[in-house]
Amino acid sequence: MAKGTWVFVDQRDGKIRKVTFELLAKAAEFGDEVVAVVMGKGVEGLAAELGKFGADKVFVVDDDRFASYNTGAFAAQFAALVKENQPAAILFGHTAMGKDLAPRLAQKLEAGLVTDCTAVDQVGGKLVFTRPVYAGKAFAKVTVDTAPVMATIRANIYEVKELGKAGAATKVAPSIGDADLYQKVVKFEPMVSARPELTEAQYVVSGGRGARGAEGFKIIDDLADFFGAAVGASRAAVDSGWIDNAYQVGQTGKVVNPVLYIAAGISGAIQHIAGMSSSKNIVAINKDPEAPIFGVSDFGVVGDMFQVMPALLEELKKMK
Amino acid sequence: MKIVVTVKQTFDTEAKITLKDGKINSDGVNLIMNPYDETAVEEALQIKEKNGGEVIVVTAGTDKCMDCIRQALAMGADKGVLVKADTEADEFARAIILAKAVAELAPDLILCGHVAADDGSSQVPTRMAEIMNLPHVNVVRKLELAGKAATCTRETDGGTEIIEVALPAIITCQVGMNEPRYPSMKGIMQAKKKPVDTKDAAAVANKANVVEYFIPPAKAAGQKIEGEPKEVAAALANWLKNVAKVV
Repeated sequence: MAKGTWVFVDQRDGKIRKVTFELLAKAAEFGDEVVAVVMGKGVEGLAAELGKFGADKVFVVDDDRFASYNTGAFAAQFAALVKENQPAAILFGHTAMGKDLAPRLAQKLEAGLVTDCTAVDQVGGKLVFTRPVYAGKAFAKVTVDTAPVMATIRANIYEVKELGKAGAATKVAPSIGDADLYQKVVKFEPMVSARPELTEAQYVVSGGRGARGAEGFKIIDDLADFFGAAVGASRAAVDSGWIDNAYQVGQTGKVVNPVLYIAAGISGAIQHIAGMSSSKNIVAINKDPEAPIFGVSDFGVVGDMFQVMPALLEELKKMK
Repeated sequence: MKIVVTVKQTFDTEAKITLKDGKINSDGVNLIMNPYDETAVEEALQIKEKNGGEVIVVTAGTDKCMDCIRQALAMGADKGVLVKADTEADEFARAIILAKAVAELAPDLILCGHVAADDGSSQVPTRMAEIMNLPHVNVVRKLELAGKAATCTRETDGGTEIIEVALPAIITCQVGMNEPRYPSMKGIMQAKKKPVDTKDAAAVANKANVVEYFIPPAKAAGQKIEGEPKEVAAALANWLKNVAKVV
């Protein structure tokens, strides 16, 4: 009989993504054994941290072939672990790694997979997943009847909790073949930034057409510095070449879920709103009183961002 | 080189969403090709223009999907395949149905949009790769081909990765990879004469079941102020600190 809630550990160079801890805490609520699965090189030491944040057990795969994430090795090894141990459910963060690994693994296991979930609830002993469709204009509640039930869950939905569990590590010998190494990871080029990653950031300051170019984004940078925020952008700003595509927030960009989202010079096209509407507090600054962004903002300022934002920074600095 | 592009017909991203009998209402909704799939079609056409070969576009859905095929043909694709499939098929079922149709074409390269604008699932192409026992690379911003190998610049969290795979492979495309062309009048006329196959597909049971759809409640209007920069800044700063409590 399938049992246990497994959580895939999203880590790079031994640094575990926050969403992994969020899911361990959530998994602990289901009343079933929580098992973290970590694959990499030099990752044995991570078991203690995983136990601290909710893992009863940790499967550790430590091998050169797992040093860089690659779908083939990770999916094949994970599938072998699943077939051996028969978990009831497997959770992934809805991260680049999770989005890539979960479907490949799900198909290997001929399992159902629900991605980009904004909630997972246990209802009558069954897991019910909530996920947005049509850019969050509607939501679906989805279940999977067969084990393992698999899902990718968005970051910043659940809280990290120090649960002080055992984190008992079991070292697993790799059982993959050469044919599984179909991706050659030539290199990873980090985006050098002192700022938090957009999809995990608690604070985001975003600029749109109203930023008019690099000058506007300098003002956005200054305010982002104050909050320790990530910087985001609308499609218009990206298409105008003022900022890289990687910063785009919206339906064809990144979905953010911060405690504070400041939209400066952004009109609020439906596609942009799709990427930020679940932000806890939304502030909009725009010259146009009719801008659609004011329909979703908690606090709107009709004004020129070039004047309002520097003034705001001054006021905030006075408060600190 | 034989390139297959899978395309999905989705609601226009501007469409207002309502429910009818508990399901998403498609009455009167404008249907378009998934924007990410347009990028995939364009990439295929550019590869064909550079290296020669043919581009075949495959879609699974109802007869309405023919519009997507015609659009791809008008852009420059050579042939189309429409697989009749249940619109309520989940990702598991859709991947099996599509993979069968794609495998029959024995392509050298398969391009797909990395996500569909309607379901936002990001599963089907990767599942297809597993079914077809092919390598895949997801969310690719730049694709370089050399003989039977592909070098992909892939977007990942915190940066980009350079990944090499052998062909045939499935590559999913990220918007920004290229500028999809608008079909010309000539292209639209030529599209009418290009061959399109319609196939039936054996039904596949879903693994995931939607038990309910709901429309989220509209957000209550927030406050909106106007005035001298110093005044509005002070009011906003005060709100941030004392009401939102984020300072």
